[in-house]
Amino acid sequence: MYRQNINHLKELETESIFVIREVAAQFDKPTMLFSGGKDSIVMYYLARKAFWPMKVPFPLLHIDTGHNFQETLDFRDALMEKTGGRCIVRFVQDSIDQGKVVEETGYNASRNVLQTVTLLDAIAEFKFDAALGGGRRDEEKARAKERFFSHRDEFGQWDPKNQRPELWNLFNGKKRMGEHFRVFPLSNWTEMDIWQYIYMENVEIPHLYYTHKRKVFNRDGVWLAYADFMKIKDNEKVEELDVRCRTIGDITCTGLTLSKANTLEDIIQEVAATRITERGGRYDDKRSDSAMEDRKKEGYF
Amino acid sequence: MTEAYTKETGYLDMELLRFTTAGSVDDGKSTLIGRLLYDSKAIFEDQLEALERVSVNRGEEQINLALLTDGLRAEREQGITIDVAYRYFATPRRKFIIADTPGHIQYTRNMVTGASTANAALILIDARNGVVEQTIRHCFIASLLQIPHVIVCINKMDLVGFDEEVFEKIQYDFNGFSDKLDIKDIRFIPISALKGDNVVERSSGMTWYDGPTLLYTLEHLHISNDRNFIDPRFPVQYVIRPHTDEYHDYRGYAGRVAGGVFKPGDRVVVLPSMFDSRIRSIDSMGGSVEMAFPPQSVSLTLEDDIDVSRGDMIVTENNLPHVGQDITVMICWLNEKPMRQHAKYWVRHTTREARCLIREVNYKIDINSLEKDYGDKNIGLNEIAEVTLRTTQPLFFDSYRKNRITGSLILVDEGTNETVCAGMIV
Repeated sequence: MYRQNINHLKELETESIFVIREVAAQFDKPTMLFSGGKDSIVMYYLARKAFWPMKVPFPLLHIDTGHNFQETLDFRDALMEKTGGRCIVRFVQDSIDQGKVVEETGYNASRNVLQTVTLLDAIAEFKFDAALGGGRRDEEKARAKERFFSHRDEFGQWDPKNQRPELWNLFNGKKRMGEHFRVFPLSNWTEMDIWQYIYMENVEIPHLYYTHKRKVFNRDGVWLAYADFMKIKDNEKVEELDVRCRTIGDITCTGLTLSKANTLEDIIQEVAATRITERGGRYDDKRSDSAMEDRKKEGYF
Repeated sequence: MTEAYTKETGYLDMELLRFTTAGSVDDGKSTLIGRLLYDSKAIFEDQLEALERVSVNRGEEQINLALLTDGLRAEREQGITIDVAYRYFATPRRKFIIADTPGHIQYTRNMVTGASTANAALILIDARNGVVEQTIRHCFIASLLQIPHVIVCINKMDLVGFDEEVFEKIQYDFNGFSDKLDIKDIRFIPISALKGDNVVERSSGMTWYDGPTLLYTLEHLHISNDRNFIDPRFPVQYVIRPHTDEYHDYRGYAGRVAGGVFKPGDRVVVLPSMFDSRIRSIDSMGGSVEMAFPPQSVSLTLEDDIDVSRGDMIVTENNLPHVGQDITVMICWLNEKPMRQHAKYWVRHTTREARCLIREVNYKIDINSLEKDYGDKNIGLNEIAEVTLRTTQPLFFDSYRKNRITGSLILVDEGTNETVCAGMIV
């Protein structure tokens, strides 16, 4: 009798690949949301594994807030070039120019909330019926009850009280015209799993995750990168420090970690020792206790 | 971690264990999960601060660990858990996924959902109340869903003076009805989730108990036999055809091994066509592998160019699954809209989809008394019954007892597209 075991990372990998293939099989026009952050990089890597030696049979979609780190955009373009992937880019700036959304003002102005509109417009434009996202259930309380296959109504909204039961590995992607699904193949991964996997598989990630010198300032205990479109308060001082990103998102809300970690080993050790959640450094979640849940209901990732 | 992180010391050899917890709010289930997360240091400072803030706002004296697992706003307001919530923590030995489900009878469907992928079930019993109706229900669901390991946590031992007799009596009562069920492995642990006794740390108040703590038990359960490594089953999920110069004639059958072991050179048969061939290679990005076994996602190439598509199943000639259209199934109804007998539903089984008719309700089970009712044919939300289905296409299946993947199916309502039923093939 065979007694085969695989480690937790291989088991998570195999589950994610199953989910990604299921999307390609069940939907007519899927896409994969790509932010340039480590979770979407791992998700794209898994998609390449899922269909090898074929190219990933759907395009990626990047919602560009216009407030991205330049390194993220360069990394995205180089990755697509290298892997023969196709990435559609849609801009929050266009939604602002078209008057669909109004730019926030003030010190904490962020385009993070605005991306929802741009995303839903892009889904409508290309008639995507499924969008794979890199969300993980360990990130935030509202995500703990999210399904792998998350049904969205014709307005792109999520109804947490009316989710389809999800049993075994039997995923139900049936929908009416105009409805779509968000699918989260990394649901069961934690931040640590992602890092260990990047390490195990030598997945390439942007240099922003490693220590580098950057102009930063501290706001309410969170280190933020300085960019020329940001408003600085009188008591805030811009200084150059050794930092790295723990998550990569919009510059306006990506909290940085003071760190000298310049290898994956260092980063994993730092993640293991750290006592603050990843999203603890996300300025957008601090707005209220159920900020994430409210954004999700409206169609946020 | 103090030592340098390397591939050797780096906890890359951890195993994954999924378990479900069932119990009502009063059993202290949320407190137990909070305790596991807290004592295994899976709770971060900002979460703890948020917890303190909420506990103080609610006028509670100590940190309410139960609040950690209250997810959505509606639940926080009502103070109950109403859906399956997933939690994660890890020790150097294992990564754990908890499917946290509410225990009330109206949430049977959530318990069934959480149980469907679990290696182990934690069943909580309040030491003051002993075995109650709900305990029997939870145990029945664990048996029905064939969860390989059941750990009965007799909680609130501090409130019964850490009395060994109370523990023994509950164990005795429990065995009285669990003998009638189909559970392979049952263990009992006396605990106090609130005080932490026997959860992560050993109890100083119960020196009479010489068994392992709950966390130790979870870390050491033998789970490698939980999957079927005997009967080769490969449901084809997706056909990979690159159409490139380099891989011009490549046809890979992508899927996840549902049972048995596959190796290059194995003689295989494809269902439903019954064409036979040999496995040429088992591929994954970066090269070919020597073998594939559950739960691996791989792609197979065959020696012969035969027509294979999604929903087909690759098996071996001397070990075929059942092939048929009349299927007897134990079901749990998951939807507010009751079952309509003689109505049609979509059926999803492995990667195969067909339509089906519910031909007959054979009997219904009272999940509190475990009595069979042959008279009542009306099946509503949270009810469990044995039914006979007739499918429009043959399915390739095993009994759920033999294989939880090839033995399970769901029904989908043709009108609403909702998943309305979970089925375990008898």
